[in-house]
Amino acid sequence: MVDFGGYDMPLHYGSQIDEHHAVRNDAGMFDVSHMRVVDLHGEPRPFLSHALANDVAKLTVPGKALYSCLLRDDGGVLDDLIVYFLRDDCFRLVVNAATADKDIAWLHALAAKHAPGLRIAPRDDLAMIAVQGPHAREKVWRALPGSETATRELKPFSAASFTTPFGEVFAARTGYTGEDGFELIVPARTVEAVWNALRTTGVTPAGLGARDTLRLEAGLNLYGQDMDEAVSPLESGLAWTVDTKRERDFVGRGALAKQPVARRLAGLVLQDAGVLRAHQVVHTSHGAGEITSGTFSPTMKKSIALARLPKGVADGEIVHVDVRGKSLAARVVKPPFVRQGRILVE
Amino acid sequence: MNVPTGLKYADTHEWLKREDDGTVTIGITDHAQNALGDLVYVELPAVGRKLAKGEACAVVESVKAASDVYAPIAGEVVAVNDKLSGSPEAVNEDAYAAWLFRLRPDDADALAGFMDAAAYSRFAAEP
Repeated sequence: MVDFGGYDMPLHYGSQIDEHHAVRNDAGMFDVSHMRVVDLHGEPRPFLSHALANDVAKLTVPGKALYSCLLRDDGGVLDDLIVYFLRDDCFRLVVNAATADKDIAWLHALAAKHAPGLRIAPRDDLAMIAVQGPHAREKVWRALPGSETATRELKPFSAASFTTPFGEVFAARTGYTGEDGFELIVPARTVEAVWNALRTTGVTPAGLGARDTLRLEAGLNLYGQDMDEAVSPLESGLAWTVDTKRERDFVGRGALAKQPVARRLAGLVLQDAGVLRAHQVVHTSHGAGEITSGTFSPTMKKSIALARLPKGVADGEIVHVDVRGKSLAARVVKPPFVRQGRILVE
Repeated sequence: MNVPTGLKYADTHEWLKREDDGTVTIGITDHAQNALGDLVYVELPAVGRKLAKGEACAVVESVKAASDVYAPIAGEVVAVNDKLSGSPEAVNEDAYAAWLFRLRPDDADALAGFMDAAAYSRFAAEP
């Protein structure tokens, strides 16, 4: 067990690598109840259009989800989150555990200025299980009566609510592993029963360790590691989430427009034996960079990393990383490394 | 906790076994491999290298972290377990079969003072 954002969480339930493979090849589940659900009532759409760097105008159909950064005025990343459009008078945010209190205080301050009628409701009565893997959906359908009819036609990055013997379940076809599956938001009082029902349909419990290797293979950032308040999203591989297409006044837009972009977040695949780790120095043709997340990829059987490098470094370049007193060769690649069980880079 | 009798144990979680030819085989304990988690990389010292007692001489890396392995006694490296470079998980499967390196000790009495199985079991169980 380890501390994660103030929660005691299991690193693994036995073998981190077995849990990783279970998600890539079958179905695994993560207790992600530490993530905070925050519902916004009133007129959330104009408020979120100002508060979020991605554009909620893309959310036209109820149930649709969008990934976005919450930026500060200076463009730093306060948090990354998923926003769901439930109804015109209710949007749902799912934010990181360690940043939740800070986010909620920030939203209250913004709302006081721009949307005094908005009600911000943290949902401490809800818990969350992510079920991920090529067989995740069918195993959820067997475990939760009523779920198949409600979610069979659900498209990726969409969610639906339905009634089950475990109470109201909100199932989103989203995740943090690069595999298909659901993130299930369920009543906290029935979450243990849902977990046990999923176990009986053969879903493997997986810990934070596997969650980290899976998300890194999938090229997904971890808040606090690959991005934070001190770094622009444009230097964190998140330019695709900062939507400037419309004339839209959102927090951080002005600052980002003025900042030079000197670095980019790239993938590394180690060519030598060893393991890349966060904060190791990377030497490139354009100067030095730094690894933000590194690990051993159980799928590729090689070490991989995300690294913030000088912007001019091209994909395919061989760079050198200082690893425990040695200089090891790594290839710069474009993440993701692995998606839906397939290795995408060399 | 798997702590075989007949071996000696260091407080840095290595096990030591005296061989018939006077050399000493060294690995990490089952308790240590369990704490590290799945090993993915093992780096061993060069054969012929002379090690001081307490010198960092090998690295075991799990998915989550890299850890140094220290020479519990002074001596010269006479053999290393090359099989581990291709299958570091062997240490997780059987930490006492998957030895790391073998030393010819500088001091014939080098194993005196190390813990036996009962003492190490108590030591490793401490919070």
